[in-house]
Amino acid sequence: MPIESPVPAAGEEYPAGLSRRTFIAATAAAGGATASGLLAEPAEAAEAAENGRVSLTVNGARHATTVDNRTSLLDLLREHLGLTGSKKGCNAGACGACTVLVDGRRVVSCLTLAVRLNGADVTTVEGLADGDLLHPLQQAFIDQDALQCGFCTPGQIVSGVGCIREGHTGSREEIREWMSGNICRCGCYPKIVRAVEQAAGRK
Amino acid sequence: MYPFTFTTARDTRAALEAGRNGGRYIAGGTTLVDLMRETVERPGTLVDISPLPLRFVTVTARGGVRIGALVTMTDAAAHPAIRRLYPVVSAALELSASAQLRNMATIGGNIMQRTRCTYFRDVTAACNKRDPGSGCAAIGGFNRTHAILGTSDACVATHPSDLAVALTALDAKVRLAGSSGTRSVAIADFLLLPGATPDREQALRPGELITAVDIPAHPRPLRSGYLKVRDRQSYEFALAAAAVALHSSGGVIRTAKVAAGGVGTVPWRLSAVERHLIGRRPSTRLWSSAAELAAEGAKPLTHNRFKIELLQRTVERELRIVGGTA
Ligand SMILES: Cc1cc2nc3c(=O)[nH]c(=O)nc-3n(C[C@H](O)[C@H](O)[C@H](O)COP(=O)(O)OP(=O)(O)OC[C@H]3O[C@@H](n4cnc5c(N)ncnc54)[C@H](O)[C@@H]3O)c2cc1C
Ligand code: SF4
Ligand code: FES
Ligand code: FES
Repeated sequence: MPIESPVPAAGEEYPAGLSRRTFIAATAAAGGATASGLLAEPAEAAEAAENGRVSLTVNGARHATTVDNRTSLLDLLREHLGLTGSKKGCNAGACGACTVLVDGRRVVSCLTLAVRLNGADVTTVEGLADGDLLHPLQQAFIDQDALQCGFCTPGQIVSGVGCIREGHTGSREEIREWMSGNICRCGCYPKIVRAVEQAAGRK
Repeated sequence: MYPFTFTTARDTRAALEAGRNGGRYIAGGTTLVDLMRETVERPGTLVDISPLPLRFVTVTARGGVRIGALVTMTDAAAHPAIRRLYPVVSAALELSASAQLRNMATIGGNIMQRTRCTYFRDVTAACNKRDPGSGCAAIGGFNRTHAILGTSDACVATHPSDLAVALTALDAKVRLAGSSGTRSVAIADFLLLPGATPDREQALRPGELITAVDIPAHPRPLRSGYLKVRDRQSYEFALAAAAVALHSSGGVIRTAKVAAGGVGTVPWRLSAVERHLIGRRPSTRLWSSAAELAAEGAKPLTHNRFKIELLQRTVERELRIVGGTA
């Protein structure tokens, strides 16, 4: 039986003088809600307020878990749900590599606290394809050869899906402006713009 | 990031109660989570205000607009009445941050956002704003992006908000709720000059909540716009920016509202430019003679002398765009 435990804020520095709390590594893996209610140790009780319950849907699957309040949505996805498509570039809102859709809107998951997402519906790059059938924008990235190293690509694609839904694809200039929240170190911008154009049905 | 407790306020009363007890409001989180991760901000309790009913935009018959504090930057920029009446506001918003951040960030949080001074963000650097009395690493350091107006010996950081520049030009007011009732403060009085206390940035009392921003009705219809100049074309803070709103009739400028961003420790109202414009006929010469007054009183630092001319040119260009050369 899975024991529920607080999800640590992965990659976070713990300030000196504070001992890292012990966490039991058994959270919900992709695909199902965890069993309820057990807090790991009595010692946790005093700090329980620094954790929170969250129940959300990710790519159609429901997850209920307890997270350290500091945990970002990005860390919840990558470290605890095994969804490593969303990338951690800057962890500061400045690169877009971590872009996901929350309730249909594109956001940066690195600045989103997981504990605030009760009832939210999250879509990551892993949730875009329909089985083996790629999302039209995924296909367009292949057709247009819109990547080199690929690190920014999941964020570009999810952001592009948001951009197309918002209708900001009237011209290449408009796409460039509304995709500017996604940095590409490899400089694939012209082809990324063409891929968004293709998927938006503009060519 | 330091540990913190987290509560969600179901209504305004609960929020104010939590705020009075030292809780820190979180709206979009795009400033706060970032600075908490850098350990610049270390709140013990976060109070999620997202359930509060502050997501409205109301427009009065005379053209006043009230924007609820929790309206996202995206929604405010897209609002048809704001686009029609005050394009300077929608342009300032759409030229801010990125589409993702604008989907998260709120109007209240935007005017509360803290400076992007890199020394402020670096907890190992001296910074009077973060750590009063520790000094200012920017004054003797790399200060190319810092302010030339409104600076003090204690701090030279710019206010980073584009929206606040547009709101300053339009004489907007900030509506506040506190345990002793509500009040309304002009944005120019709300955002504080650094002086000797750069850690005090807003005229906000402990626990006070921003509920809305009011753009007053302007008796004459305004043509307005926002120009932002930066190191890259998009997704970057301003090196210089100009918010311009004009009304002309009978070939003469009757109303002129001009404010600058990226150059001041607070959004900088260009009163000398406004005075020069009023009563005169629009012309290319007028725009340039008015813009020459834009940097009055500027005190450049080691690396940002270029901002003086950049500000003048930015103001001149936006006057020309909004005012035409009829
Ligand atoms: C990479 C990046 C680029 C950016 N570029 C730009 C740019 O070009 N132009 C620009 O203007 N901005 C820019 N921003 C800043 C962004 O616009 C702000 O972070 C955002 O508007 C803050 O709003 P929020 O709702 O996320 O605030 P939060 O982070 O939730 O809160 C910020 C502060 O405001 C307080 N607060 C929030 N709401 C209230 C309220 N109702 N009453 C009282 N206090 C409140 C919080 O306690 C906190 O101290 C950028 C940010 C990032 C990360
Ligand atoms: S300019 Fe202001 S914010 Fe920057 S280091 Fe100096 S005191 Fe701190
Ligand atoms: S990792 Fe989130 S924006 Fe860079
Ligand atoms: S493909 Fe390498 S960062 Fe974009």
